[in-house]
Amino acid sequence: MRPAEFNGFAVGTTLFDKLWQEHEVTTLSGRQSLLYIDRIFLHERTGSVALNGLLEKQRSVRRREHAFCTMDHIVDTLPGRSDDTLMPSGRDFIVATRHAAQETGIQLFDIADADQGIVHVISPELGIALPGLSLICPDSHTCTLGGLGALAWGVGSTEAEHALATSTLRVTRPQTMRVSFAGLLGEGVSAKDLILFTIRELSASGGAGYAIEFAGPAIDALPVEARLTLCNMATELSAFTGLIAPDQKVLDYCADRRYAPEGELWDQAAQHWQSLRSDEGAAFDHEHSFDIGSLKPQLSWGTSPQHCVDWDDVIPDASDAPDASASAAWQRAQDYMGVTPGSQLSDYALDAAFIGSCTNSRLSDLQLAAAYLERTGHKVAKGVKALCVPGSGQVKRAAEAEGLDDIFCSAGFEWREPGCSMCFFAGGESFGKGVRVASTTNRNFEGRQGLGVRTHIGSPLTVVASACAGHLVAGTTT
Amino acid sequence: MTPFTKHRGLALPLLRDNIDTDAIIPSREMRTVSRSGLAVGLFAPWRYLDPEARTPNPEFALNQSEYSGATILLAGDNFGCGSSREHAVWALMESGFRAVIAPSFATIFRNNALRNGLLTVALAQHDLDELVAWVSVAPARHTIQLDLEACTIESDPEREKKVFSVDPTARDMLLKGLDEIGLTEQLSDLVACFEDQDQARRPWVYLESN
Repeated sequence: MRPAEFNGFAVGTTLFDKLWQEHEVTTLSGRQSLLYIDRIFLHERTGSVALNGLLEKQRSVRRREHAFCTMDHIVDTLPGRSDDTLMPSGRDFIVATRHAAQETGIQLFDIADADQGIVHVISPELGIALPGLSLICPDSHTCTLGGLGALAWGVGSTEAEHALATSTLRVTRPQTMRVSFAGLLGEGVSAKDLILFTIRELSASGGAGYAIEFAGPAIDALPVEARLTLCNMATELSAFTGLIAPDQKVLDYCADRRYAPEGELWDQAAQHWQSLRSDEGAAFDHEHSFDIGSLKPQLSWGTSPQHCVDWDDVIPDASDAPDASASAAWQRAQDYMGVTPGSQLSDYALDAAFIGSCTNSRLSDLQLAAAYLERTGHKVAKGVKALCVPGSGQVKRAAEAEGLDDIFCSAGFEWREPGCSMCFFAGGESFGKGVRVASTTNRNFEGRQGLGVRTHIGSPLTVVASACAGHLVAGTTT
Repeated sequence: MTPFTKHRGLALPLLRDNIDTDAIIPSREMRTVSRSGLAVGLFAPWRYLDPEARTPNPEFALNQSEYSGATILLAGDNFGCGSSREHAVWALMESGFRAVIAPSFATIFRNNALRNGLLTVALAQHDLDELVAWVSVAPARHTIQLDLEACTIESDPEREKKVFSVDPTARDMLLKGLDEIGLTEQLSDLVACFEDQDQARRPWVYLESN
């Protein structure tokens, strides 16, 4: 006879529903519940507004030991940086954030801190994000942490303020979706390609209203950092969040992190985390499955992450779009990007390449790109501006210990200090109007990387190979 | 926050799908640590031929006199996708917008809107098309009325009012203009009780206070 319960969960429960139940303080009304928030992370871009709002209303942070803050969005990534930034008025955000963090007593990873870095890179690195924990941040890419099996999602500044003041949020329960991947990723095909393919298939609104669990053999085989890359872009599906059930790889990854439990507490936690998976027969509101055994590297041609093709496929014609609205969007995107239907992405010369962002700036991303440079001996093509921006101080030091900085620099890449850098344009650094960039970032929106900048998103391998070729191309690992 | 009960206003159609928050207000337009001073940056990439010089783009509806004073935005699918920046909502409200009607919204944008008293109405495409057709004939005369109490949209008097559905909790919050933090603070006993039980169950979650 099957037990009716395991670790307190009814049999047949999805991972998401388990996490929801664990954090439900009370139901409110309709589909809304009051959820307990285990960790809050802020950054100087939107967190500063939330902290200021709190201070103005003379409220305090209810559990300051559960709230953290970093400087990543506005701070420069050039060597020798200070509070002064290339972004006009950037200093105001940095100073205000530091002041508010001091006033409220929360832990800040300031510019000179050894652990400073991009919020979604440092929160798993420091063990602030852990399996089963609820974590919010006023940043849409907070869903990254679903890769550890955390219940993590992006909110606005007002909601962040609510969480700081009350340790809770009022949340409307999303529906559940499972996206299963059969087959294994081929050589040179990465988690980035997998998520771009998924967005291309399901559309930029395909996950709206859903918490998406990614599952299947392709996911089981992914290293932890690749899972973070995959879940990072769940927000580009407009999903509430993305999730992957924690397994032994995740436990090994989390062990001995700065804020992770130790000793007996670790044993207890690790045992509990084993139960955080969707039960056999658990029912989802929606399911998709893809066989990705023959998946090719993906590249975007347009201005939405859903505008992707196999890297060697032709750019589609607007007249083949599914409806009039999509047709208009394709046309607009092609005008902006300066690409023509029927051509291939390899037909277009590249002006710049960017390796970094909360999607692809972890050690494994840098190792992969550096290995390509080392193996091929290729240099960045003439006229291409190429940057590599490690995601955190820890990543930077680990990469330097392996000599990756030398490999990047001698190939013609700039080697930067950790931060979000040119993933988006805040008024400081930009590539320039009409510049074509191969980028490991997550958004190819009009103007995202600067006025008129033409962003093509792809994997670190694709970006490094393109930087060297001088045009868009997929890389190989052998 | 500003309560929303009933509103009649001029509607501006901006019928593109996936209008992201970088388009609603680019990062470079968020210049101060503040919720205000954002109206001038609203739709900056499309509204200005040269965003630096603020040269208006005459083709863009927001710059056309017939849409001057618009308070309701009619938009395409998945409005507000992308970045979580609440500045997108603040910029719309500071520019006078009280509501956005679209086939669907990105979740974070919708949540942010709700917390600031900006009504988001998800409306079927054909109903939205009818509204656009009605408005476009004579935007200043063909206004739209949104009634949150009755959950109806009134446009062409020749046609029946359109009914929309809205989450009851969200509706209540908007109608009363409730301060959510204040409401939740009233539940602090429940939260403390949850923590006591949870700490026994998941002790590793609770870090030592600094």
